[in-house]
Amino acid sequence: MNGFQILRPSTVNETVSMMQSNEDAQLIAGGQTLIPSIKHGLARPAVLVDLTKVEAIRGIGIGAKEITFGAMTTHAEVAASAEVKKVIPVLADLAGKIGDRMVRNMGTIGGSVANNDPAADYPAALLALGATIQTDRRKIAAADFFVDMFSTALEPGEVVTSITFPLGAAAAYEKFRNPASRYAMVGAFVSRTGSEVRVAITGAAGVVFRFAAMEEALRKSFTAETADAVVIPHDGLNGDMHASAAYRARLVTVMTSRAVAAVARLQ
Amino acid sequence: MTVNGRKVQANVDDNKLLVEFLRKDLGLTGTHVGCDTSQCGACTVEVNGNAVKSCTCFAVRADGATVTTIEGVASPDGTLHPMQEAFREHHGLQCGYCTPGMIMSAIDLVKHRPDVSEAEVREAMEGNLCRCTGYQNIVNAVCAAAGSMKGTAK
Repeated sequence: MNGFQILRPSTVNETVSMMQSNEDAQLIAGGQTLIPSIKHGLARPAVLVDLTKVEAIRGIGIGAKEITFGAMTTHAEVAASAEVKKVIPVLADLAGKIGDRMVRNMGTIGGSVANNDPAADYPAALLALGATIQTDRRKIAAADFFVDMFSTALEPGEVVTSITFPLGAAAAYEKFRNPASRYAMVGAFVSRTGSEVRVAITGAAGVVFRFAAMEEALRKSFTAETADAVVIPHDGLNGDMHASAAYRARLVTVMTSRAVAAVARLQ
Repeated sequence: MTVNGRKVQANVDDNKLLVEFLRKDLGLTGTHVGCDTSQCGACTVEVNGNAVKSCTCFAVRADGATVTTIEGVASPDGTLHPMQEAFREHHGLQCGYCTPGMIMSAIDLVKHRPDVSEAEVREAMEGNLCRCTGYQNIVNAVCAAAGSMKGTAK
């Protein structure tokens, strides 16, 4: 492992100024992706700015129409929160399926979102529910945030401080996970608000995306059978030793269909 | 930080992992390094009340934390923790390499979910791998300990 310095700010302002004054600095939240990357030599930061002590960006706040998660809220905290289970149970369910228990005790929602792994779970939830990412300097809509594989709309040194989800949608997440890494081979997040239907797919391509043809079909007829009949072309989907692109394409349909059935059961 | 009830102080390189600090600086070699890629759970320890992978945490980030390793779970008089006792009783180990991590993870699980079912144990222990594949007796041990730990402080 290469040598580096760890800085430990306790406020967002301190964090931002440390990021500005150290050109090669990288933020570290729970570290459950970044530390293995550093160990493998895939990341070689000179300076790590550690968010662990920034208390102001931790915790869950619930309003009448929205719920806000501080960026440093862990997956375990989201999964175990009685309030989250009550107002937006799909997020507790999703958080409880990330990695394993030890990873969930360290990994954070902000870290997951900022990292934008193509097979991460949270990006699908943000996109399908129309979440907003708050940073030290602005608000970014989820639709504008996830740009490409491991790439987001964040500027250099910009710090994600919280993520806000609107309440009220009926939603479900179905994930076919890789049994070793526990990442999504394909995950489908389906949300329904009145006549509006959104379907966000993770794990299948370079970056999370909305499956427009599926959404259109489901707006006309919101049934698992409708979802079963919508096929996604496998050109451009991920293919690797775990699953071919054609297999992932089929998983997109099947996972979406299961999520639709789960949403229908809620209503 | 406080490790197994003892205050320890040291200057360490920023890139030192918590598991290296525990094993090399403190000589607590009960915590094992298995895969070193955050998958096997052999290095599991408790930090501030939660089980974490000590191979995926820098030591300096545990500055000021309360850490418990496998060496710290038995009573000072040598009486085994109920989870250790259950692993002994149900032969929840074969080669024993994964055992410290299994026990630390299982204690954390039962502490947070005292009424855990067998199916939930299987799911919740997925972050701990046993290459001997001795899972059946491990699950038996965790379920038995969950029963005997009810009502105890630990």
